[in-house]
Amino acid sequence: MLRLEGLSKRYPTGDEALKGVDLEVPKGQVMALIGPSGAGKSTLIRCINRLVEPTGGRAILDGVDVTALGAGGLRQARRRMGMIFQEYALVERLTVMENVLSGRLGYVSFWRSWFRTYPQSDIDEAFRLLDRVGLTEFCDKRADELSGGQRQRVGIARALIQDPALLLVDEPTASLDPKTSRQIMRLICELCEERDLAAIINIHDVLLAQMFVPRIVGLRVGEVVYDGPADGLSPEVLTEIYGEEDWTATIKKDPDEGNDGDGVEESTEEHMQGLT
Amino acid sequence: MPVRVEAEVKVWQRRDRNKQLAIWGGWFAGVLLFVFCWQIISGNTTWFFVWDSPRIAADIASRMVPPRWEYIYKIWDPLWDTINIATLGTVLALCMAVPVAFLAARNTTPSAYIVRPVALFIIVASRSINSLIWALLLVSIIGPGVFAGTIAIALRSIGFCSKLLYEAIEEIDHTQVEAIEATGASRWQIMAYGIVPQIMPAFAGISVFRWDINIRESTVLGLVGAGGIGLQLSSSLNILAWPQVTLILIAILATVLVSEWVSAKVRHAII
Amino acid sequence: MADVAATAAGRRWRKPPLIKNANLRWGLYIGAAVYFILASYSILVEVNWQRVYEGLPRGAKFVGGFFPPFPFANIIETGGFEELAAQRLIDIGDGLIESLTMTVTSTVIGILISVPIGLGAARNIAPMPVYLLCRGIIAISRSFQEVIIAIFFVAMFGFGPFAGMLTLSFATIGFLSKLLAEDIESMDPGQAEAIRATGSRWPQWINYGVQPQVMPRLIGLSLYRLDINFRESSVVGIVGAGGIGSTLLTAFDRYEYSTAATILLIIIGIVFFAEYSSGKIRARLQ
Repeated sequence: MLRLEGLSKRYPTGDEALKGVDLEVPKGQVMALIGPSGAGKSTLIRCINRLVEPTGGRAILDGVDVTALGAGGLRQARRRMGMIFQEYALVERLTVMENVLSGRLGYVSFWRSWFRTYPQSDIDEAFRLLDRVGLTEFCDKRADELSGGQRQRVGIARALIQDPALLLVDEPTASLDPKTSRQIMRLICELCEERDLAAIINIHDVLLAQMFVPRIVGLRVGEVVYDGPADGLSPEVLTEIYGEEDWTATIKKDPDEGNDGDGVEESTEEHMQGLT
Repeated sequence: MPVRVEAEVKVWQRRDRNKQLAIWGGWFAGVLLFVFCWQIISGNTTWFFVWDSPRIAADIASRMVPPRWEYIYKIWDPLWDTINIATLGTVLALCMAVPVAFLAARNTTPSAYIVRPVALFIIVASRSINSLIWALLLVSIIGPGVFAGTIAIALRSIGFCSKLLYEAIEEIDHTQVEAIEATGASRWQIMAYGIVPQIMPAFAGISVFRWDINIRESTVLGLVGAGGIGLQLSSSLNILAWPQVTLILIAILATVLVSEWVSAKVRHAII
Repeated sequence: MADVAATAAGRRWRKPPLIKNANLRWGLYIGAAVYFILASYSILVEVNWQRVYEGLPRGAKFVGGFFPPFPFANIIETGGFEELAAQRLIDIGDGLIESLTMTVTSTVIGILISVPIGLGAARNIAPMPVYLLCRGIIAISRSFQEVIIAIFFVAMFGFGPFAGMLTLSFATIGFLSKLLAEDIESMDPGQAEAIRATGSRWPQWINYGVQPQVMPRLIGLSLYRLDINFRESSVVGIVGAGGIGSTLLTAFDRYEYSTAATILLIIIGIVFFAEYSSGKIRARLQ
């Protein structure tokens, strides 16, 4: 349902951040985007909802060419794409509830949003989502009173209340500790499965990507150099994406060793056993 | 390099020779400028008065004490006027300063080459002209009274508030705005949810700060006829009623101290 | 999960108010509303709307004085009275020179006086009696508007820029000393302590331990004060303390709007130029 055709971004300085990226993401598929810094991962994600304007190519969401839309149409297209940010990007001085409800801004008029008189269905959905991410008792706390993991969960709720068709996730775990990182990734993938949501997850932790996500796309200097299943990431592939390095510790071990073969991603304990 | 090698010995100085010369040159020029200006002022000064001043000061001081306490009944109204001029003037100024600030901030201005310079000019013009001069101007146009005083305070405060406000707007965290934009919000919604909450503390601090300054400025507007306690001050000075003047000064001091206390409290609560 | 979902539907939410205590909140709202009604009424009831209406053409004339500013306007108006125009220009020039010289001298003297008073007003440096004295001086300097102080100095020292220069110097104390004292009070005690520990004497301690921490901000504030003093210098002339204020007052008294407009434009220009160049200087010093 998302198709990228030759998407490119060239900055006025001459920097080519993206060089003709072709990608297709079917409905309900979660996809991870890996690559070194400067590869263009963030740029790619931002070009899809045009927070960064692409200079070439097209991004087509369910048949609608997002890159060709005017201001009004763009807003409507953005409603259907929920975005989750690396540094959570919550409005710090507003409460958790207001931050979650701000996901509905594309659907309500200005005055409703100003006076916070959202339709009851929105409020119900907000409570439901807060419950799902485990933050019900925080609903009237200011966003800057929360921990990093809690803030990210609010960010997830805000993205989901838009009822999107696609999730754009920009390094969701970069500012989190290892345990919280896993919790967040697990949450995102579970939610995508529950709602049959497609997602593009920009992530630098290759291991985390392999643990949770079936399909991985590797980006290097603005071009796609790998597009395949998570276990296809051999040391050679990683070298191609990132450069020469000792990759043995980064890759998940052979599925037969660590997993019990039932197709379910292994828990942390099982993974630990697999490594020793 | 502050390190020199002289006859095989490393010599350290605080600054190298050129920089040191430049700094001395700067000081020399500064002193020269100061002396030049002093001469000009000195030429315009009747030095006899200056040497005579301690005697005059003692004379005035003796006349000023004790203050004429009964006069206080006559200054309640003017004090009330003064506070109103300051408060309403500040509120009026804020109403106009907010849009001007948004037009002047690099990240929210609709046009960087036309609208922004105009907004910046309004800010500079408003700031450069003291409220007393604005008052002079307005009294000459619309006549004396508190109305002229209020508008004078407002006109002066626009520049002050807008300048600080637009600096605050330019310093906001961009990703919060980006996140709101990504939900499909309209321009006004982005402003209301992404920008306004971030500048609220600055806005409140600036408003109270300016109000405090305006209380002080409002006390003298009466000297040019624009209402407030300055009128009493002016008339008392004209008839050389020094005990009354003392009382007025005490009243002003008290008012300013109270307003400063309020302002400090409010600004503390906002952080 | 099911029962939580059931109770969740229909649950109301409203944005929590800024002030939690409902009584306090409503008290403030009502108090503010009452105040604004009373205050606006007291101001508006006094307005002589007739006079305002009559004054508007005068206002238009003033604004017209900006385009083009004197001396051309004056020549057009008065039919080419070159001497009058020249006289006005000389007046403006004199007033401007007075203002500028007052600005320079008062800022320099002001800084020189403010530094010791600022040091004396810092709780962590000064002994209690000195602290109280300096804080008192700062309070007086800050509470009274420059014009009031100017009136007294004119009474003592006579008309002219000398009184104005002293006024602005005194006013500078309130500004610079206070901020300097606050800066010193919030400085890093560790750095100063380290210098103390080397066995330095008091002036050395100030020079090495305190000064480097507060100097950058002091320089910035002094430049800012230069700007403020120039703007103030244009006002104290109204009570006879020299500067372009008196020229301005005369122009208004004579309803010579083009002259007044010229003076104002010059003031705006100088302030703008000063702000622009101080920005550049600050950027280069970084």
